[in-house]
Amino acid sequence: MVDAPASLHAPADYAALMRRKRLYSGVIVVIFVALMASGFRLADARNAGGFIDGIGHVFDFPAEILSEALRDWRNLPGFLLEFLPSLIETLNIAAVSTLFGTLAAGVMALFSTRGLALWPRLVPVVRRAMDVMRAIPEIVVALVLIYLLGTGPVPAMIAITLHSTGALGKLFSEAAENADLKPAEGLASTGASWLQRMWFGIVPQVAPNWSSYALLRFEINIRASAILGFVGSGGIGYDLKTALQWGQGKYDEVVAIFVLLFLTISIVDALSDRARARLVRGGQPA
Amino acid sequence: MELHVRKVSKVFGTKAAVDNVSFSLREGGFVGVIGRSGAGKSTLLRMLNRLTDASSGQILVDGTDILALSGRAKRDWQSRCAMVFQQFNLVPRLDVTANVLHGLLGRRATLPTLLNLWSGADIDRALSILERLGIAHEATKRAEDLSGGQQQRVAIARALMQDPALILADEPIASLDPMNAQIVMDTLKRIQTEDGRMVIANLHTLDTARRYCDRVIGMRDGRVVFDGTPEQLTLGVARDIYGADATFSESATSTDIGALSTDRDYAAAMLDD
Repeated sequence: MVDAPASLHAPADYAALMRRKRLYSGVIVVIFVALMASGFRLADARNAGGFIDGIGHVFDFPAEILSEALRDWRNLPGFLLEFLPSLIETLNIAAVSTLFGTLAAGVMALFSTRGLALWPRLVPVVRRAMDVMRAIPEIVVALVLIYLLGTGPVPAMIAITLHSTGALGKLFSEAAENADLKPAEGLASTGASWLQRMWFGIVPQVAPNWSSYALLRFEINIRASAILGFVGSGGIGYDLKTALQWGQGKYDEVVAIFVLLFLTISIVDALSDRARARLVRGGQPA
Repeated sequence: MELHVRKVSKVFGTKAAVDNVSFSLREGGFVGVIGRSGAGKSTLLRMLNRLTDASSGQILVDGTDILALSGRAKRDWQSRCAMVFQQFNLVPRLDVTANVLHGLLGRRATLPTLLNLWSGADIDRALSILERLGIAHEATKRAEDLSGGQQQRVAIARALMQDPALILADEPIASLDPMNAQIVMDTLKRIQTEDGRMVIANLHTLDTARRYCDRVIGMRDGRVVFDGTPEQLTLGVARDIYGADATFSESATSTDIGALSTDRDYAAAMLDD
């Protein structure tokens, strides 16, 4: 019911507004181009062999690996079987971390969403806690924990769980912010406790979105779990690192591991895509 | 039940939504609160149920100031003071019976309720309430699959499940078509007369207030400007409540308040709501 600002009624003022908009866009483009150019210059200056000179040899190493694998292609099926247990270990680490991360993120999200939080004063505290969990890379946490707990899958699980909690918590909280508060309000009017209000009033609304994010996180965590194998948390990453460090003669193993990882991630990706589409569409066919 | 509202105010920012309101209700009855959108009717009801905290004042229920309650005691009061909303406020994905059983959430142990474990007696009571309101055949449907009028009756069933002394109804028929509006109002009236429960309903139309209420409280700009019987609700009084510039026609029988007024500001206020 409020009238639009009077200035917009005059065509001249409108034209001035548009000119200013265009000017801002121009400035942003200039800044972007400058950043790109300086970034390339820096990369070239810092790189030992020279960034521009090295770019032609980017494919030398993969070519070497592939040619050796092609020569010994008969070994591949055997290696695929041999590495299957470590692949399962990697998947296990990812699955457990995703599960715990999702549960923790759900709780933290409800504690950090304005209008829902049980203790509104703690909202910023919980948010900062999630920021910290999200900001520290998994590999840093894993390295510290491996130093403290020794090698094995547990440090990787804790590291990935922490990161998942932070990352999912923020997404979960954003989904919960958009939830319709009317059901929860109706429950509050009957004297329901906070837990009951969340469980019946909010969780059913956000469950499809939350599950969808959790599935996406599972894919990401498979990759994270594989990478953490490099620093000694077991799984297929450890085998990959060993094979790569051995160098020539084991490149067929490297390729077998890559094939396994690629297949796994593609399959999980395809399955979770379908599941997520179904969740978000609420079980309706396309 | 005796209810004394004493000098209750609610301030949002610098604006008083409810401004020093006092009234007393001694015996049951059907009380209508009327007024323009933004007159403070909803805020008043929400303070009674403690969904909104009052800025100052007292609400004494049988001697206890319910505005001073907190924690468990506040939830105990809420479980005795049922509320029905304009948008029904049910859990859309759950079935009708589960929604009715939610009336007991404040009185049962948390864990079993979260797992939807209810005693046979509780379920029987929920079903018999649905039976009484004529929607037992919808008991297993999802709440969201019901029509508005049916959903509002489920909300009333949830309220009855609370076995409340007081039922608050915040614009219970504002989202319903005239036929469903009548069914819902008749249901509320029946509950009030047959069970002897007190009902306080925010109503949009003079018409409905005159037909169902034993007592009418008129609010304007957060203040009580009328408190009396429907018979005392003359055209002059209505102008007081809805604004002196509002034009009324006595013959208007529409449930749409917009038809009662040709005032442009008034229509604008309705659209803002």
